[in-house]
Formats: sequence, structure tokens, C-alpha cells
Amino acid sequence: MAEKVLMKGNEAIAEAAILAGCRHYFGYPITPQTEIAAYMAKRMPKIGGTFLQAESEIAAINMVYGVSATGKRVMTSSSSPGISLKGEGLSYLAGADLPALVVNVQRGGPGLGGIQPSQSDYFQATKGGAHGDFHMLVLAPASVQEMAELTVKGFALADKYRMTAMILADGTMGQMMEPVSLDFAVGEAVEKPWATNGTKLSRPHNIINSLILKPERLEELNFERYERYAKIKETEVMYEEYMMEDAEICVVAFGIAARVSKNAINEARAKGIKVGLIRPITLWPFPEKAIAAAAEKVKKFISVELSMGQMIEDVRLAVNGKAPVTLCNRTGGMIPAPEQVLAAITEAAK
Amino acid sequence: MKTTQYLFAGFGGQGILFSGKFLAYKGLMDGKNVSWLPSYGPEMRGGTASCSVIISDTPVGSPIVSRPDVLIAMNLPSLDKYEDSVMPGGTIYVDSTLVERKVKRDDVKVVYVPSTKLASDNKTPTLANMILMGKLLAEEGKFEDEAGVVNALKKVISAKHADMLEVNMNAMRLGQAYAE
Repeated sequence: MAEKVLMKGNEAIAEAAILAGCRHYFGYPITPQTEIAAYMAKRMPKIGGTFLQAESEIAAINMVYGVSATGKRVMTSSSSPGISLKGEGLSYLAGADLPALVVNVQRGGPGLGGIQPSQSDYFQATKGGAHGDFHMLVLAPASVQEMAELTVKGFALADKYRMTAMILADGTMGQMMEPVSLDFAVGEAVEKPWATNGTKLSRPHNIINSLILKPERLEELNFERYERYAKIKETEVMYEEYMMEDAEICVVAFGIAARVSKNAINEARAKGIKVGLIRPITLWPFPEKAIAAAAEKVKKFISVELSMGQMIEDVRLAVNGKAPVTLCNRTGGMIPAPEQVLAAITEAAK
Repeated sequence: MKTTQYLFAGFGGQGILFSGKFLAYKGLMDGKNVSWLPSYGPEMRGGTASCSVIISDTPVGSPIVSRPDVLIAMNLPSLDKYEDSVMPGGTIYVDSTLVERKVKRDDVKVVYVPSTKLASDNKTPTLANMILMGKLLAEEGKFEDEAGVVNALKKVISAKHADMLEVNMNAMRLGQAYAE
């Protein structure tokens, strides 16, 4: 196994993207994800790739659309307000069935908000992110190692299902350094017969487009897309269970909130409280079956989030009334302390 | 099973993040689980900078250090802000050139090193952080394996600045040898 190096989460995403064969990066600086762009600016010219700082986030996502249409792996990254600007492009990518990797290293909102860590773009990421009937694959890393691995995975899933994969991280994940091993398989490249990369007069030309004026045809395409989504829900759900075997209380948390929750769960276990964690790794598709199964034996659920409570809606849908679901949260760039989560667990155990 | 949580704090420019990164690499090379998390707010411009480092025998949960076992305070605002957060029985390292007051707590170990003055006397005014680090390593018994210290330092000093390796080692030796 290769030697582990200390890397920032943002740098790990950038290096993993290069390992995954991404040679085109378009972005616009914004804290707390600028290290991704800085890393790409250094590395891409050396390996024959393209780094381009666009004039805006909107320009960057449309450059992603253009490169993706040619069949190449391509990415952009930003933080919350910048992702909102990319919304139109995300919808066009979905409408044109183009694969892309988009990274959102979230900061506090709404508006220009702050620059400290947040998870308050959960709704935006998991419910589509812009206009129209569509979803993105949403991957939520909880370590620097996962920042790298899910980037590689994200490219593979995006190509396989012809859609956008979003890495939904937060300021902590982007800025922290942890040991990371970049010694992992990146998988086979996917054939892209649909790409507009020149016919060489050997095939009919391909068309990439999201303007479909016949409602019958647009409906048909949406039905087809949702059949793909149904397959994704069956086969691509990822989550981690921690101390769930005998748990009577289940904490649901992703990313940094899951890390904080693990500290609290360890302390609660030391006090004899039977509590465990379900950590969604894919936020869309959401691990609803795992949570529904837990609801058969768990007495209470706690959703720990860096938002006013967004994922809690999906937890409640999965629990389906079988147990109470409460919220333990901070917002605006604040992070719950393990003590706060422990207090919520202790309260639930009463 | 041991977990030690460190909080480095001082002015932007004092090498707070560098110190933390070095210590994290030392931990990694000692086979421990480590994390390093910087403050990245606008306060970094001339104001206070800080970073959380965790070195543990078990996987690191939250990388955020709110109750440090060890505080490295390189200026007065940092000591004022974080003194109360240190765990009872913990240790506070103070740059006593820049922090004129004494630590008020009586339930922690305090190590005063006039590192800014030592750095300036040694004609390496930018290495007060590494002098303090030398003292910390000595107190924690991590300086016994000097080759290990050099190896960790090589990870944070790029090859093109190899001349800085010895300068940094000298600064750390100065801290190691310092006795109040």
C-alpha cells in the first residue's frame, strides 16, 4: 500500500479527480473550496489538462456542459452561493443527460451568508437543485479519504447513469487535513457512443440538447430518466452503520455532523445508553430502507445537522411514523459540539 | 488508548498552521491517527490564527478541538480566549516574550518559553513557533528519536527549501534545551 500523506480535503478531491482521468476543470474562486481550483491550476498544465478560471460560476458550469458533450470527464467546484448560480447549468446537464462532477463545499447561508461550515444546501442538492424533473447523485464524504474515494466514485456513477454527481461536503471537510491513501482502483472508462466528438463520416451525427418542444417527447424522456433513477435507488445506496446492532436510539447524520455524533455516541455508550448511528453516504439516493429497517426496532431517532433541519424530512419519511424523530442542530456556520449531541441522546434515553 | 487534542493559537504569520502540520505529520509517522483543522476565517489577516490537531491511538471522530489537552498560546489574545477551555490536568505552552501575564489556572501544567526573544537572539526571528515546538517535543518525550523529528520535518519543508531543514532543527533544539 502506498504511503499515506496528509492532504486537505479540497486537495484530495482535486488529486482524485485527476486520478479518475478528469483533464478539464472550470471554476471560480470562493471560500472554503478555493484550494481545489488552486490545485488544478498547478497540476492541469503539467499533465496536458485544462484549468480555466471562468468569468463567473455560470460560465464555468456551461463550460462543463460543453466538455461533457464531447465525452470527456469534466468537473467544477464551488461553495453554496456559487452553486446557486450554477443551478441553470445543472438543470441543462440533466435535460441533456450529460455526466459531470460538481463539488459543493458548503458554507452558511442563505444569501452570501458566511464562510464557515454548513449543511444547509441539503434540500437544494437532494431535491434536484434547479427547475424541472430531475435528480443529481449526491455523495457526502465524512473524511479526507472519502473526499478522494467518492470523487472517483462520483465520476464513475455520473458516466454510468449520464447525470451529474455532486460531492456535498462542507467547510470542515474541505479545510481539514487527514492521512489519505490515493492508492485505489479508478475503474474502467465507460463507452460514450452519444458523445459529439466528430463523426469522421462514419456514423450519423449525435445531438446533445435540452430543448424538447413536443410535450409527448419531453414526457417520454422524463419517464425514461426516472426509470434510471429507480434503478439507482435499488443499486447505488451507500451508508455506514455504527453500533446499530443493539441500538435503541438511532442518530442519523452525514459528513462532519456524523464525526461529531460518533464522539457523542462513544460517550453515551460509556454511560450505558444503547445508541447507534446511520450515516448516509449517498444523500440521493437516500438510505431509506436502512432507516425503515431500523425503525422496526429503534425507539427514537435524532437527526443531527448543520442546518435548521433539512435531512430530518427524509428521515421522517423513511421512519414513516414508527418512532419520534427529533432535531439536534446548529446553523449559520456553527457546528454542534459533541456535548450538545450527547445531551440530545441523554434526553432521548429518558 | 490515548487521544491528545492540541490547539495552536497566535497571530497570523507566526507559523501556527505550520507547527500544527508538523506535529500532525510526526503523529502520522509514529503510526497514529491524526487530523489537522485550521481556522479559516477573515480573522487570519493579521488577527488570530488557530489550528486543531488530534493525535490518537483510535480513529479520530470530530476534528474540532474545543477542549484541548494542550494549548500552545503564542500571543495574549490567544491565551485570553482559550485558557479556560484547557482540560484540567492539561498543559499550556506560552510564548512568554509576547504574553506578559501568567496563566491564571492552577489545575494545568504551564510551560513558559520566551521563544520570540530566543528566536530573535538566534537570528531566526520567524522561528519562535519551532522553538516552542522543540520544548513541546522535549516535554512529551518525542525528541529522544531525533531522526524521527527530522523525518517529520522533511514532510513539511519542501525539497527546494532544504536549507531550512537545519535552521528549523536548530530552532527546535534551542527550545529543547531551554530551561526556565
